[in-house]
Amino acid sequence: MAAIEISSVSKSYTGDALAVDNVDIEIEDGEFIVLVGPSGCGKSTLLRMVAGLETITEGEVKIGGKVVNKKDPAERDIAMVFQNYALYPHMTVYNNLAYGLKNRGTPKAEIAARVNEAARMLELEPYLERKPRALSGGQRQRVAMGRAIVRKPAAFLFDEPLSNLDAKLRVSMRGEIKHLQKRLGTTSIYVTHDQLEAMTLADRLVVLNGGKIEQIGTPLDVYHKPASTFVANFIGSPAMNLVEGKLTGGQLMIGDNSMQFSSAPPADGPVTVGIRPEDLQPTTGTGIKARLDYVEELGATRLAHCMTDGERLTAALSPEIPLADELTFAVLPEKVHFYDHATGKRLSNA
Amino acid sequence: MQAVQSSFYLEDPFGFSATFVGFDNYIDALTSDYYLHVAKFTLIFTILVTFFSLALGLLLAAKADDVIRGSSSYKTLLISVYAIAPPVAGLIGMMFFDQHIGPFVKMAAWFGWDMKVGINYFDTAFAMITVAVWKQIPYNFIFILSGLQSIPVSVREAAAIDNRSRFGRFWTVTLPLLAPTAFFLLIINMTYSLFDTFGIIDVIVKDKAANNPITLVYKVYMDGFRGNDIGGSAAQSVILMLIVLVLTFFQFRFIERRVHYN
Ligand SMILES: Nc1ncnc2c1ncn2[C@@H]1O[C@H](COP(=O)(O)OP(=O)(O)OP(=O)(O)O)[C@@H](O)[C@H]1O
Ligand SMILES: [Mg+2]
Repeated sequence: MAAIEISSVSKSYTGDALAVDNVDIEIEDGEFIVLVGPSGCGKSTLLRMVAGLETITEGEVKIGGKVVNKKDPAERDIAMVFQNYALYPHMTVYNNLAYGLKNRGTPKAEIAARVNEAARMLELEPYLERKPRALSGGQRQRVAMGRAIVRKPAAFLFDEPLSNLDAKLRVSMRGEIKHLQKRLGTTSIYVTHDQLEAMTLADRLVVLNGGKIEQIGTPLDVYHKPASTFVANFIGSPAMNLVEGKLTGGQLMIGDNSMQFSSAPPADGPVTVGIRPEDLQPTTGTGIKARLDYVEELGATRLAHCMTDGERLTAALSPEIPLADELTFAVLPEKVHFYDHATGKRLSNA
Repeated sequence: MQAVQSSFYLEDPFGFSATFVGFDNYIDALTSDYYLHVAKFTLIFTILVTFFSLALGLLLAAKADDVIRGSSSYKTLLISVYAIAPPVAGLIGMMFFDQHIGPFVKMAAWFGWDMKVGINYFDTAFAMITVAVWKQIPYNFIFILSGLQSIPVSVREAAAIDNRSRFGRFWTVTLPLLAPTAFFLLIINMTYSLFDTFGIIDVIVKDKAANNPITLVYKVYMDGFRGNDIGGSAAQSVILMLIVLVLTFFQFRFIERRVHYN
């Protein structure tokens, strides 16, 4: 167990573009950090630099206070769970779990004790003598987890460990990983492109885009105060509505619709306005007028996709609310997010 | 099939008459001192050629694999170079040992080794084995390299996290995963040493088989075409065919197993 410090870390593969661009993250002992972002944003690269599987072009990685830039993966006291599990095909489940311990000179009796404990925790006991090819995807995933657990490392590193499982198993394994991590208290870095997985697992989220950090914060922080239009769009499903608007004094215009703000808005002129779908509620009074385009039923909620002045608006509504072709939506002023029209950065509002 | 039939007959050199002699040809072959001597050399030859061509192929492939990790264009280039290499390598290897211009012979001379390929038994055997190994390395290299490349990168990375010793990882993870390829090559190389080295031996001994090391295949040729002992030669070739049969049997057994393995 250890804190991990990532200071001004960059990575370039071919010399031109940076796959990871000047990233700073301080991870506390026992914290569960999730790196999230679209494909190619550099999540895996960053994780692999912490693991030692990729050289660090610039900056420093510290694990437990010690700089590890020059250390081999095996000397960093980390364990990694890979997307395709990366089990040793020629070894039994028992030997898969024991391999890392054997190579570290752990006494046989202790290896047996640790492997059996991990097998019990992960319900792998019946399979210890099998080879990986005789296991289901979910079981292989557990073996991969077990291989990490038995080592009792300073940190767990996960690279999309659930993306090869079916949706249902993914949800249950997600819960199990969270539970195990809390119980063991091992510092963890988890990579995923699935924002829901990120939200549910993380103590803190790191949203990456093009190798740069867009935002670091607790899931609720990130959800309620996205630092940029990129984060606003990426975190939350269905995604936040982002429409063009214009601020003049206390008045916001979205197309022909106007909204009055009592507190002074953060800027004047054109802005990008963000509103979460669940914050749009139909009203009989004044508000944003929209024409209903089509409806998606999700069971518990219903997504009403509407158009207003050429902009698309999605509202997440209760199925009980009757729908009409013309809808008017009210939004609480504090639920409106403002972003710089040019940079997409959040404009602080009250 | 004709060989099987001939092996039971004693034919006169001109093929006018044939007498049925049963297993005499086999008994003659298997009890003759010279035959056993050649068989012994063949065994040693096969073991050495198989071992060294596999070991050196593995060594080169492991090095190449480190270098070309991920770069597939480099891999294609390397493999195509090696694919055209064996025949060329055979020629070059032979030249190395040429009595007059062969650089290897000259080099040996510097170290006080007066090599007489084709005259001295040991020197000839040495040249034969070296050329045979040299010629087979590219072939082994290609297969081992593609075997190495088919080991998932993440499995090696997992091993790098679990085991700090490079050699330890090679021994406990890479090599076992290479076992299917290695076994396949083992059979191929044994077959090669036994049969496909005919040309090399022919060039090196240049018909002067008398005091020179030869393999069983070459003896079949010598007896049949030079000695005109059709029956004896046929019996020997039937014995060789049996060896091939056994090797092939192992190979098929193994391929079956391998299907299960994947
Ligand atoms: N070995 C490599 N050589 C060259 N470029 C690479 C290499 N590995 C990754 N890259 C590049 O670095 C960038 C980041 O890749 P990375 O694998 O970290 O993305 P990721 O966020 O993990 O994406 P995904 O969700 O698809 O796994 C990409 O543009 C990728 O093309
Ligand atoms: Mg990735």
